[in-house]
Amino acid sequence: MQKLNTFNPKKFLSDNAIILLILLLAVFTAFNSENFISQSNLKNLIINVSPRFIIACGVSGCLIIKGTDLSAGRQVGLAACVSAMLLQEVGYAARMFPDLPDIPWPVAMLIVMAIMAVFGAINGAIIAFLKVPPFIATLGMQLVVYGICSVTTGNQPMGGYKESYRKVASGTLKTWSEELTKKDMSLNPIGKALDFIPYLAIFALIVGLFIWFLYNKTRHGKYMYAIGGNESAAQVAGVNVPATIIRIYVLASILYGLAGFLVGAKAGGASTATAYGYELEAIAACTIGGVSANGGVGKVSGVLVGVLVFEVLKICLQFLRLDPAYTFIAQGLVIIIAVALDLRKYLAKK
Amino acid sequence: MSEYRLEMRGVVKTFPGVKALDHAQLKLRPGSVHALMGENGAGKSTLMKCMFGIYHMDEGEVIYEGEPVHIRGPLDALNRGIAMVHQELQPIPERSIAENIYVGRYPMKMGFLVDHEKMYEDAAEVLKEVHLNFDPKAKLGTLSVSQMQLVEIAKAVSADCKVLILDEPTSSLTAAEVEALFTIVNELRGKGVSIVYISHKMDEILRISDEVTIMRDGQYIGTWEAKELTTDFIITKMVGRELSNLYPTRSNTPGEVVFEVEDFTSINPKSFRHASFNVRKGEILGVAGLVGAQRTELMEGLFGLRCHSAGKITYQGKELKINQPKDAIDAGIAMLTEDRRATGILGVLSVADNVSVASLNQYLIGGIMLDDKKIEELVQDNVAKLSIKTPSSKTQIQSLSGGNQQKVLISRWLARDPDVFILDEPTRGIDVGAKYEIYCIIADLAKKGKSVIMISSEMSELIGMSDRVMVMCDGRVTGFIDGKDANQENIMALATQFE
Repeated sequence: MQKLNTFNPKKFLSDNAIILLILLLAVFTAFNSENFISQSNLKNLIINVSPRFIIACGVSGCLIIKGTDLSAGRQVGLAACVSAMLLQEVGYAARMFPDLPDIPWPVAMLIVMAIMAVFGAINGAIIAFLKVPPFIATLGMQLVVYGICSVTTGNQPMGGYKESYRKVASGTLKTWSEELTKKDMSLNPIGKALDFIPYLAIFALIVGLFIWFLYNKTRHGKYMYAIGGNESAAQVAGVNVPATIIRIYVLASILYGLAGFLVGAKAGGASTATAYGYELEAIAACTIGGVSANGGVGKVSGVLVGVLVFEVLKICLQFLRLDPAYTFIAQGLVIIIAVALDLRKYLAKK
Repeated sequence: MSEYRLEMRGVVKTFPGVKALDHAQLKLRPGSVHALMGENGAGKSTLMKCMFGIYHMDEGEVIYEGEPVHIRGPLDALNRGIAMVHQELQPIPERSIAENIYVGRYPMKMGFLVDHEKMYEDAAEVLKEVHLNFDPKAKLGTLSVSQMQLVEIAKAVSADCKVLILDEPTSSLTAAEVEALFTIVNELRGKGVSIVYISHKMDEILRISDEVTIMRDGQYIGTWEAKELTTDFIITKMVGRELSNLYPTRSNTPGEVVFEVEDFTSINPKSFRHASFNVRKGEILGVAGLVGAQRTELMEGLFGLRCHSAGKITYQGKELKINQPKDAIDAGIAMLTEDRRATGILGVLSVADNVSVASLNQYLIGGIMLDDKKIEELVQDNVAKLSIKTPSSKTQIQSLSGGNQQKVLISRWLARDPDVFILDEPTRGIDVGAKYEIYCIIADLAKKGKSVIMISSEMSELIGMSDRVMVMCDGRVTGFIDGKDANQENIMALATQFE
């Protein structure tokens, strides 16, 4: 019998080609531009990665069951807009709903997540019961959600957020401990360390742990992998396939809701253009992180790696002063290469 | 020019876990009909797919018109004049008849435009040749299955083929259509075409063919002149193995009737209809029939995988309403499906996940978290009990051999302790040694008082394992034979009772 634990360098290289390439690029960038390895840049990376990781976690479930969710980005956008409507300063002149009472941000967050869950349920039901291919179903939903967003916001960008809402994105553990101890910790080494951990990262961490638990320790997770591995076989084994599909899309949308809430806080404003193209980034990140386009395979750790790789790529290109237009080309190529490499693993087996 | 148009020698083809062809051979004379016979799974279709370039053989050679050739793929085969009409048709129903005939080799003009005029003219010509009076511009989907089959033959004729392979061409044809087909076959023979004719229907074989080659378990048994042969002789050669020692001695004693099916009818009029049968506690009911007898469809219908329009299922006097597999599973029925890869294994998942997927409800802590330890115990328990050979419980199931995959699937159901087991071709694609182990497991299930329904296309397996054999033909149950009296002749007689 073949030994399972022998290290095969060639296989390791081809399995992780994209990740290694981006690491090389990061090393190259570090040597060629100042400030690449710096406190602000690192913090910036964490802040950018956090909401994207939450979105990618949502999409990962859809991808594992061989589906997809093209409406992710628009749902994030709508969630950001709804959050904006709920959390504008009471005295703000251009307030969307001037009569709205002052809502605490956690309540607004839950409302947004609940609203988005409805879209997820519709997505899931269309895919599970009407058997519309996920690509088409969520493409349609993408347009519908965009339309709803345009109608409700009247295509007006919104701003004027409450201080507490903006703090959700700008705050770090340092802010938190300062409020607790009522002391300025800017010069304190512990304070400096705590400043590295924004609230956004805590949200991402909680979501990551929750998803890891769901995927690995619950019946729902096992059913999800079973459907992705072989939907007809899962059905024969008595798995309630439609219910599982709907749960997956609902959860995904709830996470988009959360991510939208955070993206809005981070940007300090929201419009119909918020979170443009995020669905493709999330799908790309999942694929780079080993969530297989063939279904049944994917880990939360992989999703995190995928998001990190994609963000590092973007930042590297920025630091190398590449024209943003070229950045898109590079990102697109990375997506295609990642999927091609992923599929090659399966082709080789046949 | 040699005596033969085409020779295949020493063909070996191995699929993961099973040797499908073991030094098979075939020699075709020009202007003759050569019947290829054998049980289901004997390797006839595999051999033909090797000839047609769909499969690449591991060993062996093809000599075509006196020269060794390497057939790279179906298109290469067609260009050389070898055509095949498949058992499972692969038509494009939304396109015209003519396009279906010329797909992949459209007549062209100016190098890049499809010459539609010529295509329709030529198509009309070849349709006339197979006595099919249809407008070549009509959509293929508007034809009946048998007419589509004739279109497939027209396609072969249009390729000006020298070798024509017909894989079970009459399985869906009426008597009149069979006559029409025979006329065409005779005309083609007159033109010097070598025809390979695969069929289970003895009378057809003896009528139409000049020579008969018989295969068994992927091996070549022999070639005879058709006029020397009798049905009995062919069956003996097809089955032909010693029946002793291949099966465990069974000590189960069938008890009272527990599972009853009455008048079970599919929503598809061509599928199973008015099927009534029962199974006793601790009984193994074999289900026999030819390809197309709708045995699988009937069983999948009972399990809720296919829709039925009428019928009643009772278990221990209680009527069951089964609309989806979950209903059947909750009622205590388990099913091993025919196509392990398509509807059985969760390929990329681990052995542990595959064993536990149907019984996760039993392993929840507080209704939420799964008890990994208990699941691992369940898996180890089954691995030991059924002697599943796997490096670990984390191994992907698709890397195991067919026999071990099947054992994993059996464990999946054992974990739920069902009372009725429906086993559809439980030993298909499994090596001889592993087959015996599966038989022991089946015998053990019956001994423990489970009711087992076992579909099999291997005569000897049915005869060796069944307490009773139910025979189906063309969607109907045509009879029951006691296990002790069952032999290939009386099963075959019932299995060919066409209306």
